[in-house]
Amino acid sequence: MKHMKTSFAVAALAAILGAGAASAEPVKIGMITTLSGGGAGLGTDVRDGFMLAIEQSGKTDIAVVVADDQQKPDIAVQEADKMVQSEKVDILTGIIFSNIAMAVVPAALQQGKFYLSPNAGPSQLAGKGCDKNYFNVAWQNDNLHEAAGAYANSAGYKKTYILAPNYPAGKDALNGFKRFFKGEVAGEVYTKLGQTDYAAEIAQIKASGADSMFFFLPGGMGIAFTKQYAQAGAEIPLIGPGFSFSQDILGAVGDAALGVRNTAQWSPDLDNEANKAFVESFKAKYGRVPSLYASQGFDTANLILSALAKSGVSDQDAFRAALVAAEFKSTRGDFKFGPNHHPIQDIYVREVVKDGDVITNKIIGVALEDHADAYAAECKM
Amino acid sequence: MSATLFFEQVLNGLQFGMTLFLISAGLTLIFGVMGLINLAHGSLFMAGAFACAAVAKATGSFFAGLAASIAAAAVAGALVERLVIRRLYDRDHLDQVIATFALILIFSEGTRWLFGSFPLYLDVPPVLSGSVPLPGGITYPLYRLAIIGVGLAVAAGLFLLVNRTRLGMRIRAGETDREMIAALGVDIGKLYTIVFALGAGLAGLAGAMIGPIQSVQVGMGEPVLILAFVVIVIGGIGSIGGALAAALLVGLTDTLGRVMLPQAFATFMEPSAANAVGSSIASMLIYILMALVLVVKPTGLFGAKA
Repeated sequence: MKHMKTSFAVAALAAILGAGAASAEPVKIGMITTLSGGGAGLGTDVRDGFMLAIEQSGKTDIAVVVADDQQKPDIAVQEADKMVQSEKVDILTGIIFSNIAMAVVPAALQQGKFYLSPNAGPSQLAGKGCDKNYFNVAWQNDNLHEAAGAYANSAGYKKTYILAPNYPAGKDALNGFKRFFKGEVAGEVYTKLGQTDYAAEIAQIKASGADSMFFFLPGGMGIAFTKQYAQAGAEIPLIGPGFSFSQDILGAVGDAALGVRNTAQWSPDLDNEANKAFVESFKAKYGRVPSLYASQGFDTANLILSALAKSGVSDQDAFRAALVAAEFKSTRGDFKFGPNHHPIQDIYVREVVKDGDVITNKIIGVALEDHADAYAAECKM
Repeated sequence: MSATLFFEQVLNGLQFGMTLFLISAGLTLIFGVMGLINLAHGSLFMAGAFACAAVAKATGSFFAGLAASIAAAAVAGALVERLVIRRLYDRDHLDQVIATFALILIFSEGTRWLFGSFPLYLDVPPVLSGSVPLPGGITYPLYRLAIIGVGLAVAAGLFLLVNRTRLGMRIRAGETDREMIAALGVDIGKLYTIVFALGAGLAGLAGAMIGPIQSVQVGMGEPVLILAFVVIVIGGIGSIGGALAAALLVGLTDTLGRVMLPQAFATFMEPSAANAVGSSIASMLIYILMALVLVVKPTGLFGAKA
């Protein structure tokens, strides 16, 4: 009893002292991300961006536990159980792939944990399945594809050939593109997930008479497609979401990617103080240019830090309100959440360029301003 | 579809078939002679691609990388045979599967440890870049023609090696009765190391040839491995000619299926649904082909052993 009284007294004191005392409460963050297998580059970048922000904050009372989900939902579920039950983390984050997020996130939310997504943004969690303790700091999955559709309009394309892998995110991509694209679809192709040879598809594209080519092929599939497209001498201009031309794969694609227009909410040359400092410090620490994913990891950590400065996690309502306020310096410049805790943000058009001997992206325009997702209206929180 | 486009797609199918043959030649050799299920074949393919990318980057020459990839994969293969595989010949196939699966994990994480998580750059050498005009008004990437050429050269080389040389004679004898040729004084242990290194070297060559048109990254060997098994099962385990025929058959089926099924479905379905259904069925096509072949000829097209 005596102990309990003391802790009440401490809590009361903390409440009186306010913000400063609240941040003294030690916090444990669980990060489940993909660090092995084909998607390891993405998880590595999210982790490195996240840890950079934590390190820069100088906070010693924040512990981050990192686990590898091996890109397998079952492993991710095991790791999440371990983090909730034995590590007793307060906040979960880190998942890259939507199918893994759907396996882990709803259960974690049910157990009263906060989840901040640094990447995956499945439509289920943005619409009917939204949750007061779920925040997406990256984008809803359709967003970058919608922006690509809007860009195709503004570039004056009338007849676009579209291609994506035959799995849920691929279908979302093509639907997202079509939601905004006003022209005619010259052809719509779903390829096998993990396909590595696109000669047949490229021959069809060349013969289709399209004036532009939109594709979403994450990871190695996109590298293979872009190289083969250039090797086949196809000249129809390519459009893609930023994922297909992100820093983590540009080095592997090489000159074949030069000149391609792609859409993203962030770019290494985005002109604001927070981003300049981020890109410089990331390069200094890891010796490479940060990718989209690294910026998302960095922003996620800074959002958590900004909320922790106002309230401890144990006061869930106050902590949630602090997250919703999103008062942190984002690498994207302005950052705010919509009613379903997904970002409302500008999405830019980038072009792949050669900067010295590094192949990277430069912003050439804005595709969509203050863009929110299509599912927010279905969210009842 | 115009005749030109159809012809181009047939060519694409044959070219994809040659790619598959390059990948599966080494696997069928090892499986046929040694009776060993080597799941790590895809890892040796990956090792070849990484060796080629690393050496090509360091020297600036793709061909130096090509040589290095064969050497690296063959040496890795010989080491693996001496250290691990040797203990598995008398075990059943399940033990071999488990041990070689462990090798996949070791190779993958070892490669990540050496090269990092990000894919490597490897491009077509300048000599082989660009397209050439073919009869019929098609322009075709030169590098893909080079893959067809290397595939044919490997097929001819293996045919001569197995049928016309002393080593080939021993390999064929080992395939038939390993105890007997050991009793005749052939060093069967050494023979197996050579065969395994040869199979591994072929996997490395395939990795280096295919690396420039695909993504050189950890895990690139696994999807390839499944296709290679489909090819050698259809062709008949251990048969080089069978692997060649099956690879071409699978390449054509897969490519033409991908192109024509969605169009066929579109004649009586709404286009978007036809695309989704057509491409789903197209991705199953080679497995359906495998099932059909196995129903008609359970040992595969050219399989001799029951």
